[in-house]
Amino acid sequence: MNAVADARLRRPGSLEKNPRLSQWLRLEHDGTVSIFSGKVEIGQGILTALAQIAAEELGIALERIRMVAADTSLSPDEGVTSGSLSIQDSGSALRCACAHARALLLERAAERLGVPGGSLRVDDGTVRAGGRSTSYWECSDTALFDREVEERAPSGSRGERRVVGTSSPRRDLPDKISGRPCFIQDMALPRMLHGRVVRPPHGFTGLGSLDDAKAKMIPGVVAIVRDGGFLGVLAEREEAAIAAQRALRAAASWKEVAALPGDIYAWLKENAIDHRVISEKSDGDAKSREARTLAASYSKPYISHASIGPSCALARFEGDKMTVWSHSQGIFNLRHDLAMALGMPEEAVVVRHAEGAGCYGHNGADDVALDAALLARAAGSRPVRVQWMRDDEFGWAPCGPAMAMELRASLDPSGNIVAWQHELWSNGHSSRPGRSDQPALLASWHLARPHERPSAINMPLPAGAADRNAIPLYDLPNQRVVNHYVREMPVRTSALRSLGAYANVFAIESFMNELAQAAGADPIAFRLRHLGDPRARAVIEAAAHRANWSGWVPREGLGHGIGFAKYKNLGAYCAVVAELTVGQEVRVNRLIIAVDVGLVINPDGVRNQIEGGAIQSTSWTLKEQLRLGERGIASLGWEDYPILKFSEVPAVEIELIDRPEFPAVGSGEAAQGPTAAAIANAVENALGVRVRDLPLTPERIIAAIERQ
Amino acid sequence: MAEPFRFTVNGAASAIEADPDTPLLYALRNDLGLKGTRFGCGTGQCGACFVLIDGHPAPACDTPLWSIAGKRVTTVEGLGLSGGLHPLQEAFLAEQAAQCGYCTSGVLISAAALLSKNPRPSENEVRAALDRNLCRCGSHNRMVRAVMRVAAGDLA
Repeated sequence: MNAVADARLRRPGSLEKNPRLSQWLRLEHDGTVSIFSGKVEIGQGILTALAQIAAEELGIALERIRMVAADTSLSPDEGVTSGSLSIQDSGSALRCACAHARALLLERAAERLGVPGGSLRVDDGTVRAGGRSTSYWECSDTALFDREVEERAPSGSRGERRVVGTSSPRRDLPDKISGRPCFIQDMALPRMLHGRVVRPPHGFTGLGSLDDAKAKMIPGVVAIVRDGGFLGVLAEREEAAIAAQRALRAAASWKEVAALPGDIYAWLKENAIDHRVISEKSDGDAKSREARTLAASYSKPYISHASIGPSCALARFEGDKMTVWSHSQGIFNLRHDLAMALGMPEEAVVVRHAEGAGCYGHNGADDVALDAALLARAAGSRPVRVQWMRDDEFGWAPCGPAMAMELRASLDPSGNIVAWQHELWSNGHSSRPGRSDQPALLASWHLARPHERPSAINMPLPAGAADRNAIPLYDLPNQRVVNHYVREMPVRTSALRSLGAYANVFAIESFMNELAQAAGADPIAFRLRHLGDPRARAVIEAAAHRANWSGWVPREGLGHGIGFAKYKNLGAYCAVVAELTVGQEVRVNRLIIAVDVGLVINPDGVRNQIEGGAIQSTSWTLKEQLRLGERGIASLGWEDYPILKFSEVPAVEIELIDRPEFPAVGSGEAAQGPTAAAIANAVENALGVRVRDLPLTPERIIAAIERQ
Repeated sequence: MAEPFRFTVNGAASAIEADPDTPLLYALRNDLGLKGTRFGCGTGQCGACFVLIDGHPAPACDTPLWSIAGKRVTTVEGLGLSGGLHPLQEAFLAEQAAQCGYCTSGVLISAAALLSKNPRPSENEVRAALDRNLCRCGSHNRMVRAVMRVAAGDLA
């Protein structure tokens, strides 16, 4: 292999696909620097963290950085903003690009000032030497960045970090807290029409009769749009579009087929088509010491993204060009699938990112973009805004897959684990756009000439998807982990925050407690004696210390529990101690969390993500389950899908372990699995009853008590 | 279309041409350009569209225009005095009390209503007052801290 190719292979993050320096930054005439990232703000604060990295490497004030909203016509293609990878992908690329840009600018500055490079002093983009000065902006021209990024040492050496490592306030919050228009939901274009779509029931095979007379009589209704089973409406006013949607829903009769499975976990086990051993270790000596074997089954239901703001998109069809505004996590992939669904060349479609409400995975953002585009084709050149209603969101956005897990392990006479088996059954955890020869967009499957719905798939290990975190981080001499993949999808599934890690960590860490109990060991001591990784041990010890684990005084109805994981076995280390009270229901009082994300770019940003993730996971774990009915998902509103309320939210304490010697990794998904396990283990600690099926509702707990 | 519908928003008289059955939410957002009040569920269950009607928090998605005749409507844009930020908004910034920020306006409305009738609430009273607002990102504790900060008069 030649040296150039070899160097390319090692290009950090998204530089591999976007190697030109000009793809990443541009100096503007007003003394600012525009930064182009393909990653998008989804409520996680990423644009603030990326701006910090750019400011640090360029050696300029954070205020001079302008983050340009991602746009398929001008941003680097960085795939999807997912997997807690933006700091790795975009952050490391920007770090290199900005360090290289700084070096080029300083070379030019040295020439201009007629001094050797080493004698320059740089302050916020002003370069001084020998009583003379120039600036980055005087030294740059359009040609300067028209080259491939070369790796240079980071300019802000870690000992002298100015911006990275500080809790810079989120750049987007002043507008959001002031109530200014800042979401795609708030966008309005001149002459804009409002659209809504009427979705078919689950077992849809076609649209039968439709009497649209009532809908057409609603004042302001401009058009009823029908293409096979795609049924939409355009109106001058939003409330008229909603009224027409209701009228059409009442008037449409659909051809339907069979109901959904009753016991989804049994169904998953019966319908797996691919059985993959993803990890196998064997050690005959250890095996021969087996003294007792334990087995347990765990389950996790379908859960919803349940963002507070339903999905929204705008589209305008002018000439032969379609422009779409979307809060998609992957605007390039969306463009690819939109072009397929619309039968247009990709070059004729532009997707611009606009921020949406909180995004926790593959939600309805991409689907509503196609809805808007299809309606825009029927709107002349007028732009169209479509926002899903609450029931569209619950009923049709892809949901987090149901999963079944079966674990089995053996202890030796001294209570050490000598054999471990973990089997899981699940649909795929990704049906995102851009990964198939068929569009992964809802409406495209309902058109008169329908596309085939692609099945959800799993990304390969080590990150994995259904099997994410299924391989335990513990040191186990005999080990077998099997991923049973189910292709057929009773309901549509895709990526939801942490994918399979939530369920796998819940199962593994619940089972670790069951084994510790069988071994007569303290759950934390038991984990530590099976764990060599020092960073893993450190987070567990830090959480236990902060929670005063060893000083816990047992009391009636109170419990504490631990959960741990290294996200994807590649990313952040996170340990959670939960303290709770069990009365009529489970009340989590406090979560004590220790986390290690390597180099911390923005401490408050990491805390916010970890705390938010832990609270969301508490909600999933105690309350959440999408119910299936004959016509599809039956949980269609907040009354059927309650989430954690202010008065139910636990106190959260976070211990952040800064390790600048290790690369920065993302924090958004690290707490999901450990929190669930910590709560389940604390419930067991309080009641002496093990609940293995999520969510841990009062009914589930009573059933577990009765079984005992 | 009948007579324009007249009502008072953030202290200013407004007149819009809309059916009296129109939910207040769409009049605010689409006729008056007050986008801070947001659609969440359409049935008054999530709080994203809360506004103050004569000082009481109410879901704009579920409030027909005819029902607010003669009443005072305050939206998040009108919380602060003379265009500045309300102390609650200052405190939300100081606490970085948001992730996505979509629920924020409605939470601010509920919190402002609470503080106007109970300027020194306990933490439990704050949580109870915000229970009609849903937050999905898990920013609850930061928002509660921000409200407590205002209650304690502790603003930098």
